[in-house]
Order: sequence, then structure tokens, then C-alpha cells
Amino acid sequence: MGSYDQSKIRNFCIIAHIDHGKSTLADRIIEKTGLLTEREMQSQVLDNMDLERERGITIKAQAVRTVYKAEDGEEYILNMIDTPGHVDFNYEVSRSLAACDGAILVVDASQGIEAQTLANVYLALDHDLDVFPVINKIDLPSADPDRVTAEIEDVIGIEAKGAPQVSAKTGLNVEQVLEEIVHKIPAPKGNKEHPLQALIFDSVYDAYRGVIISCRVMEGSVKRGTRVRMMATGAVEEVVEVGYFGAGQLIPCEELCAGMVGYITASIKNVRDTRVGDTVTDDDDPCAKPLPGYKKVNPMVYCGMYPADGAQYQDLRDALEKLQLNDASLFYEPETSAALGFGFRCGFLGLLHLEIIQERLEREYNLDLVTTAPSVIYKIHKTDGTCMDLTNPSNLPDPSEIDYMEEPVVKAEIMVTTEFIGSIMELAQQRRGQYQGMEYMETTRAMLHYHLPLNEIIYDFFDALKSRSRGYASFDYELLGYEKSELVKLDILVNKEEVDALSFIVFAGSAYERGRKMCEKLKDEIPRQLFEIPIQAAVGSKVIARETVRALRKDVLAKCYGGDISRKKKLLEKQKEGKKRMRQVGNVEIPQKAFMSVLKLDEN
Amino acid sequence: MKEFEIYVHIPFCQQKCGYCDFLSFAGREEMQEQYVRALKAEIEAVAPERGISYSDHTSVVTSVFFGGGTPSVIKAEYLVQILETLREKFLFAPDAEISLEANPGTVDMEKLSLYRKAGFNRLSFGCQSTFDEQLKQLGRIHTYKQFLKEYKAARRVGFTNINVDLMSGLPGQTTEEWITSLKRIADLGAEHISAYSLILEEGTPFFERQDSLKLPGEEEERQMYESTCEVLNTYGYEQYEISNYAKPGCRCRHNVGYWVRENYLGLGLGAASLMEERRFSNTADMKKYLECSSRPDQIRENLQILTTADCREEYMILGLRMRKGISEDEFYRTFGQTLDEVYGSVLEKYVKLEMLVRKDGRLFLSRRGISVSNVILADFLD
Repeated sequence: MGSYDQSKIRNFCIIAHIDHGKSTLADRIIEKTGLLTEREMQSQVLDNMDLERERGITIKAQAVRTVYKAEDGEEYILNMIDTPGHVDFNYEVSRSLAACDGAILVVDASQGIEAQTLANVYLALDHDLDVFPVINKIDLPSADPDRVTAEIEDVIGIEAKGAPQVSAKTGLNVEQVLEEIVHKIPAPKGNKEHPLQALIFDSVYDAYRGVIISCRVMEGSVKRGTRVRMMATGAVEEVVEVGYFGAGQLIPCEELCAGMVGYITASIKNVRDTRVGDTVTDDDDPCAKPLPGYKKVNPMVYCGMYPADGAQYQDLRDALEKLQLNDASLFYEPETSAALGFGFRCGFLGLLHLEIIQERLEREYNLDLVTTAPSVIYKIHKTDGTCMDLTNPSNLPDPSEIDYMEEPVVKAEIMVTTEFIGSIMELAQQRRGQYQGMEYMETTRAMLHYHLPLNEIIYDFFDALKSRSRGYASFDYELLGYEKSELVKLDILVNKEEVDALSFIVFAGSAYERGRKMCEKLKDEIPRQLFEIPIQAAVGSKVIARETVRALRKDVLAKCYGGDISRKKKLLEKQKEGKKRMRQVGNVEIPQKAFMSVLKLDEN
Repeated sequence: MKEFEIYVHIPFCQQKCGYCDFLSFAGREEMQEQYVRALKAEIEAVAPERGISYSDHTSVVTSVFFGGGTPSVIKAEYLVQILETLREKFLFAPDAEISLEANPGTVDMEKLSLYRKAGFNRLSFGCQSTFDEQLKQLGRIHTYKQFLKEYKAARRVGFTNINVDLMSGLPGQTTEEWITSLKRIADLGAEHISAYSLILEEGTPFFERQDSLKLPGEEEERQMYESTCEVLNTYGYEQYEISNYAKPGCRCRHNVGYWVRENYLGLGLGAASLMEERRFSNTADMKKYLECSSRPDQIRENLQILTTADCREEYMILGLRMRKGISEDEFYRTFGQTLDEVYGSVLEKYVKLEMLVRKDGRLFLSRRGISVSNVILADFLD
């Protein structure tokens, strides 16, 4: 495609709930347009990371360009931008949408619309995208396309009659989707002669080329030698290469012009300079103003990450540094804990982001980690009039210095079938939710609106939601702001010594309950030792719960003769290995996993 | 002159007991003759083996222990033959301790008399309990009465050094019953009592059905252990190892050898050896053993050449099993470092907890320390 014909370009994304078949449909589109032969297809081409493929979710935005020969005989360039599928990455989603001119809404023919789908559709409509629906998985026996068609029209209010009914899995009717893309999604606008204005929707670090910026050119053009400037960060570099996205490979081209989606490399060393949402312009001929919508995303959830083996501290630092090259929203700074030694306080967009980073550190960098309980950022208003952001419970000032505290609150939307409304409302209430209202989507489903403290949902809210609705409830939230709250620091004392890594901030009204559960949990997690170990939960100097780990009374090998020695030695070695995996706090050995037990307090 | 010990394994039993994980086969009489032949072949092959100092007649055997299995299950003449072969091929110290394990259900006056005449001078009876119900549950083939009869027979034929094995922590056993068993055996005047708590070893029938066994609770089991020492002390027995009690001068020299790391040579199926800081063991595959026992290099497995660190570890974890523990002096002489230099923080921790005691140049476990010795000994590993 040497020629540049804006009218033959279609930039779009696919919106879907997890498991509704977004990636499979993307695969089929790539396959049908002949970009890859079936043999080259690895399932879910767009999900690059092992983790993405395994979890079946998209973590980073990806793009791919294919060429489709439509029924009208013309060849169209289709740029498909895959969007992350989780609320933690909402901002990335919004930037990906901003890079598109239209969106395909994939809805599962038996599941119907979910809270997350709805949130993303609204996001797309906010960006003035043309959205057309595709009903997927019609090959399933439980498929009810008519009901889902009606639901899309009722709930979202977009035309769904005549929507392609496909099976991305089998490839049935996927051609119809391609034709719809050509006809229903508008060609991009923008003038090639205007000053450069391109939207960054992703950037990845590559050891050889530096940062590879994924962008959508809105106005103007960019090519090798252009001195580009990132308008928000101010970074300026000379472009080394531009090109577009083949399946799994970068294909260089002469220039990227208004309406095109592609990549830019410019020897940039760090993704922090090329933040998602920033505008790329020509430093010699800059555009008047940046594209709207840029914001610096800030971590919402913090936790301590420590190497299980203190000797791996440097390795952990290196690994975090490398991950950060590719993940501008990952934050870390060194911290020390009396119980866990040297480690890092890390900030994440949400709990999924945290889990992903943790898993990548463990898998890709072979690190054995101890993670402390996640915490949100509390605002501590001190009596001296200053305000501090608290990300580590251990840093809470003395209560006498605190005037009041605030905690983050989110606006949550929960979609649930009517039979479970009662139990979900009960759950929301337990989590200190403030009821804001409810709408019926159709006779059998409703959307509940709540304001919920973020610290009530970061651990296990999603799991609790699923288990109370037999998996049917779906959930989406966005940060609303900060609210004054009665919060206390709950300390855990093991053998009368405070274990800093186990402290957490909790709503005063829940302190007793949480403290009691925490002590019970720790009693199970801490093995019996040579002496009795009291485990106490305390708020300030007041002990509110206590359990005791009884002393070990008997652990002895009765027999050890000539033939037993090697075997018995192995037994002791095993015992020793077990000890190594524990943390010494005072005289007590605490297993690593006990530090994460606060996460699992609500398990039965 | 170098000293060493010999262990001879007899892997046969009339019937396997439910708790036993030793290498042994029940009721294979036809195989026994073959085995004895193979064992003699091994002895003959091992004796002149070059480069091993025990073969050049400057090495002397200080003790021999026939264990199993149940050595007494095979014909007495076989045992006599084996002992004779050993005497032919090795130099025995004049006062060598020669022990034989015997199941009361497999001996009689005639057998015992043959043992004594052949030169066995120490007998170890597996009695385990003086309550027939408990014996039955353990899968023992004898009653308490049978034990009494053979014990007396052993005395009559001239055994003056007898050990009796007893087990605590048995299913359904009370502390009172345990004390009764101890007292009954002590009243008999046995020179030595081995008092073991029942350990459920993986792969044994007891391990498989432990949930239905009605084992004594932890507290009761500990009480039994505590009372063992108290009761036996009043009878003049001294605890010299975690599970072993002896009248003055009657410790089992062979077993003490294991804990002070004497050289020992294991002969027979699966038998383990420690020779010149090398640990190895014979194959546990009967077929292979029978075929190859005359070529020792082909049946020896699991060779482990011990480093100084290994030796030091073993020195600690074995030496501390004994009540008198280890000598700080000897440790220094053997390893060229003081105990504090090597184990400073571990010693400090457990001495403070009163689990270890340092006294008169020795380091040993306290009574409380013994009960939880695994936890402590594990800390002496590198």
C-alpha cells in the first residue's frame, strides 16, 4: 500500500466483557484478511504476554494492521486496536478509544451485557465513536441472540437489529463483521499538511530500539528525521523509524500521515517520557495545543514487596526497574521493615495490576516474594494543618498529631440478575457502601449504584461478588474522591512484639472483627514453636483480640541407628529448609505466607 | 590399631509388624538358606578388599550387631555359621560385644543355648509391651508370657547382658499401663531397656490407618516419656540416649558407636556403612544382592563422601542424642574451631531457652530439649 488514501482507512477497537470473545474475534479478523495463515496463527495474536494468554485478558494495548478486500472491490486498511479489559486500566482504555473512529461491541449471545461492557460502551460513546454490535458465540446451545439483541437496544440504546450473529470460534459470519467495519465505521479525518498531532495510546521499551511509541496520527505527518516532542513530558528526540503493525512484527514505512495508526522509534530510553495519552508533535512546527484527555495516572493501591531471601534485594530492584521501563504507572521506592528487612513500597493502578506485577516478578525474574497487605492512599490531616498521603500503615503519625483522616471512595456499578439483588446489597452494606440507586435493565437484571470506600473493595470484593451471585454479577468502578472517615491502625503483636509488616488501616467499626479474624488466621499460619506464642491485635495500646499458639511439646526421633542416619539427617534438613522460609521476628519464626493472610480474612 | 564395628542385617520376619519400616520380608524360608550363603560370600569378598585398613589385621572389630528383621527367625545354625565366618575373616577384640536381636516368639531354650555357645554375649528382646492386647494390635507374634519364658531361658543358658525393647504411645495405651510395662521389665532385672515412642513411618500399615488408631494425645504421650526416665531411675537405670536406658556399665557399645561416629561396616541386604568418612549402603534389592554379593562394588550404593562440614553436622546431631552430649574439647580437637566459633548464635538461643546445657566442658540437651530435639538439631545443620 504505497498510496495514502484516508478514505480507505478504518481505525477501530473491540469492546467486550472478559470471556465474551474479543481476542478470538480479533484472531479471526486477522486470519480472514489473510495477514497470517492458519498455521502461523497462535491463538490470540494480540495478547503478547504469556500472562495475558493464560489469564485470557489483555493487559497492554496492542494494535495490528490488516488489509481487507471488501465486496465493493476496494482494499481497505483496517487498524485494530486492542484495549485492556480491566477496570484497573480504565485510563488506558480511554486512550485506546480516543485513537479510534469506531468500535465493535461484542456481546456474548447467552450472557448478555455486563457492567464492564456497559462502562466501556459509555466510554466509547463519550469519545463520539460509532459503535456497532456483534453477537458472538451463537454456536452455543444456550445462545439467545434475540434476547440479547433486545437487551442491547433497550439498555444501550443502539441499533442492534441485523447485527452480525457470529461464532468467532468457528469463524461463522465473520465476513459480515468485516463488511460492517467498512460501512459503519467512518474514515479518519485530519489534514496531512497541518502541524503534527499524534496520540500515544501505548509505549513499550525494546532493548535495541528504545521506546516504541504506538500512536494515532490525528493531524500532519511524521517520518524519519522529524524532531518530535512529547507535549506533556517535554521529551524531544529525533525520529529513527516509523511504521505500522504487522501481526507480531513491526513493518517500517516512509511516513505516517493524518488518520494512520503506527509506531515511532526515537532512541527514547524510558516509557516515563512517552506516557499514554500524551501528544506527539513536531518540535520545529508544533501544533497549537495538545489533544485533550491526557492525565498522569497515579497508583491507587500500595503494598510492600520484599524478597523472601534477603540476598535477592538487588535482583528485585533490577527487576522492578526493568518492569517500570514498560509500565509508567508502576511506582516503587525502597523501604525497610523490622520484620521483612529491605524491600520496596510499590504502587499500582489496582489489585489486578498488583497481581500481574507480582506474578511477572516471580515468573520472569524468578524472585520469591513476600507481599504485605495492599493499602490505599489515606489522607492524614494533622493538627498542625498539614496533610500527608499515607501509603504505608507503619508511617501513620501518632494519633495525637492527627486531626482527621480521609479515605478514597469509588463510584461503583454492579450489574446483577434480580434474584441476587438482596445478597449483593447486603454485601455492599457490609463493605460500608452507600446506596445511590438502582435501575432495572430488563425484567431480570438490574444495575446497582453504590459509593464504596476503596479499601473495602481492593482485597476480595470481586470474589465475594461472584460467589454471592453464582458468578453472574459484574462490577465496575471509578474513583470519586476522598471522604472523611473513622480509621484506625490495627497492629499485630506476635509474642508481644509488634510486627510492622502486618499492620493495616481499617475502619474503626470493623477493627474488632478484623483483628479477631487476623489473630485466628495467624494462629493457623504460625507453626508451634518451643514456647507459647501470644498473638494479639491492638489498636493503639488497647488489645482487642488474642489467640495463642501453644508450645511444641514433642518433636523427637525415637530411633537413630546406623542405617537410619542418612535418612534422619534428610528429615532434619527438610525441617531446616522449612525454617529458612520463615521470617524471624524476635524469637518467633513466622512463615512468609502469614504476611499475606490479611488478604484472605473472608475465606471460610 | 583401628577399631570398627560390624552390623549384620537379617531381613526376615515371621510376620511384619504394623509399625515397622525396616527392610524385611515375612515368611520366605526357602530364601533364607540362599541369603546366608550370599552373606557369607559378601563377608569373604569384603575381608581381603585392598586398600581398606580393616582387612590387614591391624583393624579390630569391637562389636558385632545382628539386626533385622528378626535374626532369630532363621535357623540358629545359620547365625552360628555367619558369626564363625566373621571370626575367620576379621580380628575380634577379646571383649567384643556381640549382640543379637531376638523375637520371643521365634526362640527356645535350644536356640538360645546355641547362640550363647557360638559367642553371642548380648541379647536384645523385642518385647514392646507387657499387655497382650497391645502386642496383638502391634502385630507381634508373641505374648507377654512367652517373652517371660524365653527371657528366663536366656538367663539360664548364660546371657548376662540382656536388652528389652518397649514401646510407648501405642494405640489405646494409658500412661499407667506404660509404667506397668516399664516396672515389670525393670523388676526382671534386664541390664538395658530401649524405650521408644511409636513413630508412624510413612509406608507402614499404621501410617495408612492412623486416623482409626486411637493414639494417645500429645500431652499423654509426653507424660509417658517423662515417666520413663523417672521410673527407670528408681530402678538404677540411667538414660544415656534419647531412647536408651542402662544399668551401670551396660550401655550398648555398638549403638554408642553410631552416635560417636565410629567406623562401622554393614553386611547384608540394605546394610549401611560408615568407613573412613564415607557413607554407603548395600542394595535393598534381594535378587541383586543374592546374585552379586561376592562383588561388593556392585551392591554398594548411595556413596556419600563426607566433607568436614558434613562430619561436623553429624558429630553434633548424633552426639547430642546422648545425655552426656559432646565434649567442647574434643570438638575443638576434631574440627579446629571452638563450638562458639561455629555455632555461637544457635548455642546462645537454646541455652537461653534452657533447651541446651553447657556444663563442665560439655554441651548437652536438657530434658525439655530432648522432647523437641528435632527443632534444635536442625539448627546445627549448615
